Amino acid sequence: MKSFDLIRPATVQEAIAAWEPGASWLGGGTNLVDLMKTGALEPGKLIDLGRLAVLRDVETLPDGSMRIGALVSNADLADNPEILRRYPMVSEALLSGASGQLRNMATVAGNLMQRTRCAYFQDPYAACNRRAPGTGCDAREGENANLAVLGWSDACIATNPSDFCVPLSALDAVVEVAGPSGEREIAIGDFHLLPGDTPERETALQPGELIVALRLPAASSGFAANARYLKVRERTSFAFAIASCAAALRMEGGRIAEARFALGALAAKPWRVSEAEALLAGQAPDAALFERAANAALAGATASGDNAWKIELGRRTAARALAMAAAGTPQRMPALPASVFAAQAGEPAHV
Amino acid sequence: MSDTLARPMRFGSNSGQPLTRRDGIAKVTGAATFAGDNSPEGLLHAVFVPATIARGHVTYLDVESAERHPGVTCVLTPQNRPPLQGDPSAKPTMFSFRIEVLQDDTVRYAGQPIALVVGETLEAATEGARLLSPRYEVEPVRTSLDDNEAFGFEPAGFGLPAGAEHGDVEAGHAASAKSVDVTYETAAQYHNAMETHAVVASWDGDRLTLDMPSQALMMSCAGYANFFGIPPENVTLSSPYLGGGFGSKAFVTGPQVLAILAARMAGRPVKLMLTRQQMFGPVGHRGATRQRLRLGIDENAELTVIDHEGLAETSTFDDFVEPAANASQGLYAARALRSTHRAVRLDIGTPGPMRAPGEASGSAALECAIDELAELAGIDPLECRLRNYAETEPGTGRPYSSKALRECYSQGAARFGWADRPLEPRQVRDENGLLTGWGMGTAFFPAPMFAAEATATLRPDGTALVETSAADMGQGAWTALAQIAADSLGLPMDKLEFRAGHSSLPDGGIAGGSGHTATAGGALHAAGTDVVQQLGQIAAADPASPLHGAGNGRFVARESRIYLEGDDTRSEAFADIMARTGSAEITGSGSASRPPEDAERHAMSSHGAVFAEVKVDPELGQMRVTRLVGAFAAGRIINPRLAESQLMGGMIWGISFALHEEAKFDHRSGRIVNADFAGYHVPVNADVQGLEVITVHEDDPFVNALGIKGVGEIGVTGTVGAIGNAIRHATGRRIRRFPIRVEDLLAG
Amino acid sequence: MPHSITLTVNGRAHEVHLDDPRVTLLDLLRERLALAGTKKGCDRGQCGACTVLVNGRRANSCLMLAATLDGCEITTIEGLSEGGDLHPVQTAFIENDAFQCGYCTPGQIMSAVGLIAEGRAGDDPERIREGMSGNLCRCAAYHGITLAVQEATRRMAKDEMEDAA
Repeated sequence: MKSFDLIRPATVQEAIAAWEPGASWLGGGTNLVDLMKTGALEPGKLIDLGRLAVLRDVETLPDGSMRIGALVSNADLADNPEILRRYPMVSEALLSGASGQLRNMATVAGNLMQRTRCAYFQDPYAACNRRAPGTGCDAREGENANLAVLGWSDACIATNPSDFCVPLSALDAVVEVAGPSGEREIAIGDFHLLPGDTPERETALQPGELIVALRLPAASSGFAANARYLKVRERTSFAFAIASCAAALRMEGGRIAEARFALGALAAKPWRVSEAEALLAGQAPDAALFERAANAALAGATASGDNAWKIELGRRTAARALAMAAAGTPQRMPALPASVFAAQAGEPAHV
Repeated sequence: MSDTLARPMRFGSNSGQPLTRRDGIAKVTGAATFAGDNSPEGLLHAVFVPATIARGHVTYLDVESAERHPGVTCVLTPQNRPPLQGDPSAKPTMFSFRIEVLQDDTVRYAGQPIALVVGETLEAATEGARLLSPRYEVEPVRTSLDDNEAFGFEPAGFGLPAGAEHGDVEAGHAASAKSVDVTYETAAQYHNAMETHAVVASWDGDRLTLDMPSQALMMSCAGYANFFGIPPENVTLSSPYLGGGFGSKAFVTGPQVLAILAARMAGRPVKLMLTRQQMFGPVGHRGATRQRLRLGIDENAELTVIDHEGLAETSTFDDFVEPAANASQGLYAARALRSTHRAVRLDIGTPGPMRAPGEASGSAALECAIDELAELAGIDPLECRLRNYAETEPGTGRPYSSKALRECYSQGAARFGWADRPLEPRQVRDENGLLTGWGMGTAFFPAPMFAAEATATLRPDGTALVETSAADMGQGAWTALAQIAADSLGLPMDKLEFRAGHSSLPDGGIAGGSGHTATAGGALHAAGTDVVQQLGQIAAADPASPLHGAGNGRFVARESRIYLEGDDTRSEAFADIMARTGSAEITGSGSASRPPEDAERHAMSSHGAVFAEVKVDPELGQMRVTRLVGAFAAGRIINPRLAESQLMGGMIWGISFALHEEAKFDHRSGRIVNADFAGYHVPVNADVQGLEVITVHEDDPFVNALGIKGVGEIGVTGTVGAIGNAIRHATGRRIRRFPIRVEDLLAG
Repeated sequence: MPHSITLTVNGRAHEVHLDDPRVTLLDLLRERLALAGTKKGCDRGQCGACTVLVNGRRANSCLMLAATLDGCEITTIEGLSEGGDLHPVQTAFIENDAFQCGYCTPGQIMSAVGLIAEGRAGDDPERIREGMSGNLCRCAAYHGITLAVQEATRRMAKDEMEDAA
């Protein structure tokens, strides 16, 4: 690991003042420290946010939205009773990710900033425009079976690995950031960037900006009774998604009043599909409808390599997640969150 | 703290009792010291630099930058590496592999050591290694089975494999009423013991002390001594615990030689622990295979022929060819049998033996192909296997020393509920709508014995010391071997001091081939028996002993007494004999043996039957093994608790082989792109449920004096095929490539 | 840039002077504090062998920079059994043969202790399997591990009830 300076500011202001080009924020470290070990990332300075207790609060704001501090751990957020009650698929997504240990360490902001699992990004000896702009993309002709089928570019075909960000996208979360030029808000849909010609620009954060909180709108809790996260993976647990979907329905009188869904692991950002959502509004839930919506969600998907199979998998994952959402949010978190192997029977929660 | 939990002890034999592990408390408290846990005074840390190309030459290393990094003490490259006495390209013994120890600038595979950096701290050495920033002259690489010409591999010692042919194969093909001609592929797999290869080396003049996990302590001492021009007895090797081995810790490796060399250069102890990523290269792996099976049956579904061709990878510079096709020898009563092997030279590290070498890959293909035949014949897969049951060894006609496979089939099937299996695939869905399928496979593994020695010393206080350099890599040698030793001396376990895992002890042989308990146990049994006979003779010569005059007889011992064999009325307590005759310690020695005539006359193998249930979400390609029942006949079971654990572990390796493990190469760079535990999947806890093991009783009078076969590897065999067959049964899809992937189920 | 931190490890306070910010908690324990019971299996948070409790919660010590842990309480496998009495999880691991080679075992046990404290799994085997999936075992002692965690959970709940009564 390359040497670095480590500082431990006591306030957000101090942290922001300490930033300089080449510096990285250190939250839980589960992704950053790992990538520093492989040599994929070489920050000259780490600004450890561990002392900023102010970033660890979860609160319900007067307007009914929930504000989650940037350093709240994935585990604490998943277990938060209000999150479980109002935004259950956020918990399900969090609990389907990583391991119990990693969830204790990993933070909300760190999850938002999670880097791609593309092997060529992680390998400092491979060509990767995302890690080292202008070097090329070894993934294009390489081992790419799990890479993007949506929103990719010639420069980069990486996917965003986050489970958490998929329901956030569906639920219109808002990212609060602070930086040298003050505070601002970024809609989750604008937060992650598609690669285009500049895959090294992964998020809308400006240099020196720091995530301070995440907000879930009050209105998004209206989907709690019919909200699921479904994750397709290569082993039963402790594996990254190869396709996932967060699906949420607001039901009224047996019909879908409003639908939200987003796909994960298929693009460089969570793939929110407003047109497909619109197809669902006002309809009675059934398999054919969900299939149509799923097809619409994957419209425009193309293979970026040896991964055409993921397009069909994405469709099926979306259709299934919608069907699971229609069946109702389970009363208790499934033993295997977001898994097809969790018992699907059982009483839905009446939330 | 005592070394076992207090539990009621039955009278009689120690063997056969499900004792908890004698090293259990050490292992659950963190007191068990693995090689890399040692930190002698003055320790330096070494890190090797792995090649990031797979073929070519190193043209530049930025030694200056590395040396400048604070804490770096030494950079070892081909330019300054002192000479070694042993030739790394030579193969002085049957078990020698050619290794890379900076003998030149040539790169033969990705991950090969191209430099070693030593530092005062691990952090410094690690960064020093990175700063070397190698440059290369790159040559085109070959990393897939199609990338080079296949050649007929001539058997070469441990490079393996000979094929075999029995009966008239062409006539067998001609006589078949139905046949399959199928090709199966298996992926390259890496052992990945949880403990990476490690060494802590220190020199005192020309004496070398090593803390290093070893499956073969004496062989390791000789192997490392060879490179440093010292006699093997100058090497002291301590390997009380291995954090897993699976075949990868039996051999001399290049990185470990380099660390020892660095310790000699520095005059200080050096520690090297491979990183996880570095486990994918210089320490062996299970080579990828492509196997063609042509099987024929007559109208009774009896095999007319098994014709099994294996193609396997090896490296460009050494030989180890996965003997996959040999798995078809010795299992089913085909009229004709042929196993042939070809090899392909690739720019990869040399493969080596990995848990059930040959049998795992070969059985995966064979057991699926047998199922394909059963389906052709329209009969139950178990019925198909029973119709082809080999009463004697196919081909040779030799009787089995013992073979309770029929009982394995029946007990396993009964426990599993196999009789309820619908013949046709894709018939069953569970309450969640998941397709459910059942499959089975026959498990099979030879029961070899190797060479080992042991000593036993009975002390006047009624305790005994037994010693052998046996290795415990998790199989339970500390416990099972002690049980054997205690029995041989007629002592309860708490009177026994058992020493193992150190090179100062008698040669305990190799922990491999599923033969360690039989072999080291055989030596311990012989040593204990020797002591008992000596003590018996002392008593027989003593007029005051009830055994007086029995010197022509044989003696047996139990509960700290010597008995005249066949006459329970004549016995005397050890302590009484020793006290009266003023005996000091009595030391006996023994070695493992199998009478050659028994070995020649009999086929000797463990057998088993594995039944698998899988659930499959066919739309999403999700697969989960939900039940796995294995019934195994493996001779005498010394410790059922530990044997069952090992068999379960093997079966989970079967899950891993069938559904998870695969090293993925970038065929342009020759690098493995998933060389870590996030990308190279092995099962996690949630992948394992519904596991049951039945051990079927088997008395084997020929295999060795103790009747022990072995349980270390057989669990992998049979299981892979059972899972592949269960997925076929669940989905109607026959996947002929392992591991079976999500996308394989989605296609079509 | 040196960092001085105070760490409480297994109840004992340590003043640690770190000359290097790159030192992870795992390497600090193993190479500088002579607590080698915590194991390195992957060094990248992918295997769980290095699991310890940090302020009572399980964490992968290989991904924590020691210099960021000033004031933290660390419990390692060496600190689990008080005065020679095994922790119920340790006993259950022996009784259920929940390990073979023993290398992943300290991490498995610390993870199990953490899982039980989380109260996430109870004695439901499927929830235990999921909750223990961050700890790889290459010997594949998973069957025994699940049984051991189940048994220890029950035993600890019973002990707690008896203590309360």
